[in-house]
Amino acid sequence: MAQRIKKVKSSLEPLQKCPTGIKGLDEITGGGLPMGRPTLVCGGTGCGKTLLAMEFLVRGATEFGEPGVFMSFEEKSEELTKNFASLGFDLDTLAAQNKVALDYVHIERSEIEVTGEYDLEGLFIRLGYAIDSIGAKRVVLDTIETLFSGFSNEVILRAELRRLFGFLKDKGVSAIITGEQGERTLTRFGLEEYVADCVIFLNHKVDQQIATRRLRIVKYRGTAHGTNEYPFLIDEQGFSVMPISSIGLDHAASSERVSCGIPRLDTMLGGKGYFRGSSILVTGTAGTGKSSMAAHFVDAACRRGERCLYFAFEESRNQIIRNMRSIGIDLEKWVNQGLLEFRNSRPTLYGLEMHLVTMHKAIESFQPAIVVVDPISNLVAASNDQEVKSMLSRLIDYLKIKGITAFCTDLTAVGGSMERTDVGISSLMDTWLLLQVMEGSGERNRGLYILKSRGMAHSNQVREYCLTDNGAQLQDVYVGSGGVLTGAGRVSQEARERVDILERGQEIERKQRDIERKKAVIEAQIAALRVGFEAEKDDLEQAIAREVMHQKALVEETLAMARSRKSDDLPPGRVTAKAGKRGGK
Amino acid sequence: MKSTTKTKAPRYQGAEPPAEESWSLRLYVAGQTPKSLTAFANLKRICEEHLEGKYRIEVIDLMVNPQLAKGDQILALPTLVRRLPAPVKKIIGDLSNTERVLVGLDIKPLL
Repeated sequence: MAQRIKKVKSSLEPLQKCPTGIKGLDEITGGGLPMGRPTLVCGGTGCGKTLLAMEFLVRGATEFGEPGVFMSFEEKSEELTKNFASLGFDLDTLAAQNKVALDYVHIERSEIEVTGEYDLEGLFIRLGYAIDSIGAKRVVLDTIETLFSGFSNEVILRAELRRLFGFLKDKGVSAIITGEQGERTLTRFGLEEYVADCVIFLNHKVDQQIATRRLRIVKYRGTAHGTNEYPFLIDEQGFSVMPISSIGLDHAASSERVSCGIPRLDTMLGGKGYFRGSSILVTGTAGTGKSSMAAHFVDAACRRGERCLYFAFEESRNQIIRNMRSIGIDLEKWVNQGLLEFRNSRPTLYGLEMHLVTMHKAIESFQPAIVVVDPISNLVAASNDQEVKSMLSRLIDYLKIKGITAFCTDLTAVGGSMERTDVGISSLMDTWLLLQVMEGSGERNRGLYILKSRGMAHSNQVREYCLTDNGAQLQDVYVGSGGVLTGAGRVSQEARERVDILERGQEIERKQRDIERKKAVIEAQIAALRVGFEAEKDDLEQAIAREVMHQKALVEETLAMARSRKSDDLPPGRVTAKAGKRGGK
Repeated sequence: MKSTTKTKAPRYQGAEPPAEESWSLRLYVAGQTPKSLTAFANLKRICEEHLEGKYRIEVIDLMVNPQLAKGDQILALPTLVRRLPAPVKKIIGDLSNTERVLVGLDIKPLL
């Protein structure tokens, strides 16, 4: 680990920090707790002090190579081991490897009889021995205030506590001291006056019956730190803090486009779909098909092999799968392939911050390309509008930084304005699809339009769409006299057009038949004329032949006459002609 | 914890183990501080006065054997632990308040 820093006792060095390994806490403390100094963790009962301390120790031992001593004044070592086994911390093994030492300090006032001067050197010896035996770099004292119940002499006790913190500093260990919250003070016995370097306050607040755990760094000397109250979560993986308020607006913007799963909707969105990493909001009244839109988007993403995380606040996983199957989308297949994961929870299960932290954690562990929140409006049940808005803006900022496409649905209240969201987050959204019910001619039809889509050309048309067995289908646009035709109006328009087309087809066919007929007639006429012509031609040829014969005979006759007269005054032309004829013979 | 015989400073070693009612006392100290010396002196005196011949004192110096602190749950020093007769009792301080020591050890004053 790069953060593993050697102790340097130089005053010129900046404050060395000791990473806790707890998700989020290192971020808000700017690297961890002060190294070689004690840190006070205080809070009410059951707020997670011991867990924070134990995780600090175990992570130190397992991830940062820093062994640790856990000195418990409340729970026995076996109890601790058992309790933390459920978080996956194997304290027995760690103890066997000399990475962690557990020491249970039992204090029972009734067993202690005070008979004069004493000090707590025994505690120092025990602690010192435990530290030296495993070369500990981290120490937890949980919770040292129990001493106050065991020893009545506060003067001695306070002097000894002061000495103890000095002792810890001399040992150079990074220590966590836990303390119970007092009525007006951070700790019941004023431990904060001894631990001056870093104080962390844990809080478990119940608001509207919903409990939220929060963490605040009250002070941290010599370093900048996040000052807000940060929600944190305790679950089977331990402690995690979410530094959600520290997110800025400097995320990269991808120009890659992702299909929304409905080809014709892609066309409306400039032909390519949504921007990757953008936030998409689908609003509509009940039953307009918001979840179906989400399912389409998820389905398309899974087809591309991308991972999707689906946060459902209304329906169970199986219900969604069943319902989407009815429109021909098989989500179960993607669940089985590990591409899709559902996280179903009631919004009232815990506070908003907790939802955010849970989502944050789920996103961190699943690493999805697409996150669906269905619906965001339900989160209002867990809190008020203002908080929901701030929570969602943080969620969306976070998703944008991670380059994850966010798809949120929002239920619009009937009667309210369509172009507003219940939680007023529309301004956070890049693309806003509005689904609405168009009522008319005694029926309700679903309509869709793109209210806005930042950074891309998009259609301005209101489109009707139907949920069919093959998913949501955008219908052709029919503009009638009273506006866009939908439903039955559209169907009758379609029928009319079909009739028109049919009629036109028939007309063409009829005309073509006419042509054929005319052609046949003309051809028949041509044939008749040709026959007549042939007959005439024969006659004429015979006449010509006759004429030729006749002429020949005449010439013969003339010649014969001339020969009989012995005449030679035949005209030269005739003579040649005769001679020719004669020569030809 | 059983091998408590390896204590330092045999000069602290108390009287011989008695036969009938045996008192096993263990005094935890940290080095030879004025407090620990006072405590030992006080203990010795009280035992001689009230438990003559039937007690045994073990002195454990935690500076030498720090690992022994855990077993008897020692925090404050000096601590006197009455191991026998049962039940185990703990008395902290330099034992200067004799009355309280006697109450703590459950010893009836001999008066």
